[in-house]
Amino acid sequence: MPRLSRFPLQALNFALFMLLVWYFSAAPPYRLLMPGQAVVTVAFAHAGERSEPCRTLSAEELAALPPNMRTPMECPRERSPVSVDLLIDAEPVIDEVLTAPGLYNDLGVDFYRSATVRAGEHRLVIHMNDNVRVEGPTHVHEETVTLKPSQRLVINFNSDTGKFFIQ
Amino acid sequence: MNARVNPIKRSYLLLEDWFNVSFGSGWNPLYHLGTLTFFFFWVVLVSGIYLFVFFDTSTAGAYASVEYLTHEQWYIGGVMRSLHRYASDAAVITILLHMFREFALDRYRGIRWFSWFTGVPTLWFVITLGITGYWLVWDELGLYVAIYSAQLMDTLPVVSGSMARDFLSGQLTDRLFTLMAFLHLLGQPVLLVIALWIHVKRLSHVEVTAPRGLAIGSLLALLVLSLLAPATSHGPADLDKVPMVLNLDWFYLNIYPLLDKWTAGQVWMLTTGVTLLLMILPWLPPKKTGPAAEVHLDQCNGCGQCAQDCPFDAITVQARSDGARWPSEVVVNPDQCAACGICVGSCHSSNPFRRSQKTLETGIDMPQYPIDEIRNRVDTALAQLAGNTKIMVFGCNNAVDVAALQTPDTAVLSLFCAGMLPPTLVEYALKQGTDGVLITGCRSGDCYYRYGNIWLDQRFSGLRKPILRQRAERDRIRVFRAAVTDAARLDRELVAFRETVAALDSAREAPNAQA
Repeated sequence: MPRLSRFPLQALNFALFMLLVWYFSAAPPYRLLMPGQAVVTVAFAHAGERSEPCRTLSAEELAALPPNMRTPMECPRERSPVSVDLLIDAEPVIDEVLTAPGLYNDLGVDFYRSATVRAGEHRLVIHMNDNVRVEGPTHVHEETVTLKPSQRLVINFNSDTGKFFIQ
Repeated sequence: MNARVNPIKRSYLLLEDWFNVSFGSGWNPLYHLGTLTFFFFWVVLVSGIYLFVFFDTSTAGAYASVEYLTHEQWYIGGVMRSLHRYASDAAVITILLHMFREFALDRYRGIRWFSWFTGVPTLWFVITLGITGYWLVWDELGLYVAIYSAQLMDTLPVVSGSMARDFLSGQLTDRLFTLMAFLHLLGQPVLLVIALWIHVKRLSHVEVTAPRGLAIGSLLALLVLSLLAPATSHGPADLDKVPMVLNLDWFYLNIYPLLDKWTAGQVWMLTTGVTLLLMILPWLPPKKTGPAAEVHLDQCNGCGQCAQDCPFDAITVQARSDGARWPSEVVVNPDQCAACGICVGSCHSSNPFRRSQKTLETGIDMPQYPIDEIRNRVDTALAQLAGNTKIMVFGCNNAVDVAALQTPDTAVLSLFCAGMLPPTLVEYALKQGTDGVLITGCRSGDCYYRYGNIWLDQRFSGLRKPILRQRAERDRIRVFRAAVTDAARLDRELVAFRETVAALDSAREAPNAQA
């Protein structure tokens, strides 16, 4: 086919190519939330309590150690797993147990979980247990919140004060 | 023969047919997917440099600077932004088509494993480059990309702490954003260039420039699209809000919606699994390649033509080791030899007229199909020809099957590649009594071994050694390219060629008769 007569076909091919590029560069739209929905995110960094309590070494035990290692307290490195559950209007929406990371399970956990809820007023109850030696929650927070559509509400935890707070 | 062509290859060849009709073989985009991708990268680079001049690399200023480019400076900044986005998307399409083509035509196994194996992770470099690009706009989509990417990264044991928590209200600093800007503007492009260099490392004569017509057409098409549908942003990133709807770029961000259904670990397993599966595809099952070419130093003068012609960089020239008077010799790296036989066609010693020895020996030969056997087969085939117009057809194992063309007045011989045919063999066939020689092989611009049919054309037109000598009657030689699905076309071409040759014979006989 002569070159000139190919031009319309080439234009058609380029048009189809660009149509493909244009459409999938921004479509089909992806829906994250339905109208009237909001998101509650629980996000915090926290190290659980030591799985075993620190104890004071006896004089005999200290004497048995090399001089440079004679510290009076022995603290096991392993930390307790951290369990978190969030109830919204008494319905559980997040319920997780995170093992302490690290080779000796001695590091703090980083928690980041989200749940979608309808906008409006809700009663939030969050429990945390960060001590294997304690039955039941070690930290509890309850609060009534009013969520706007598309709002992201973040529940954080302050390890220094040992309290949850809404950001 | 057509019935045996697998449906994937058949679909690809149909697409190739369509583009050959539209563009001709010289501009067929399917033959230039690699160079087209390079061209799109150039567009991305140039437009990206322009955008960088005006871009504010901070969370506070990024969005406003992109909005300024998009709206206040729409006539150039907006067009540059759109070119940047659309050329990036077009590159993903050409890369995916490139992969499909190599797969459909079985050009990813055997010695080609290396290009395939290194090409798969290269695609991920491109994708992650796009991801950081969307991040930098710092609109609602940028924030979504940042949070979801952080969730993916948090799953990896190498990342300490939680990246995702960095995107909570009050936690955000410019440090991570600046890191992303550095990665997108310098780190990732440099890695991509290195990856591309490795990708083509085992190829020779690598082309990186798209044909001018295709490049101009693509640029014009991108410009028109940029003016008709300029790329725009979502609303500014708001850490306290989750957007209801996002217009995702599905070329780059297609895995992110999975994070709403699966855990980050499951998404990693899927993407890693698919990547590994693609990477090991060349061995599922492995391709059996014939023995590598062998150098016969007693017949080699070290001219290096075979090294120049080898499409896979498997032949190197080194100092002579046998004390002969020539300074060089060639060496074959068996790990890189595709056993295509193109080197046999390159060698001046592959001359069937040489009768000084009982066995025809050449400087470089295929042990499983030596040039002597080829000459013997031609001799045998020509001896059996009968009829008024005798035609010898040379075919290629990777194109249309020429066996079906064999008749009492047509002899056929299939080679590993059309490029394996020494021009002197064509001359030889004509000298030995055939009336015409038809050579077929892969479609123009689409040689299975990359350069076989290009070298053949150049040898026949006197542009590449060894040339087809002037004494060979050109009217009695025809080259017609045909893929495996083109048997009917080749049949018609053979009929037409026979008529042409018969007319030549008649014209030659007429003056004789008058005399």
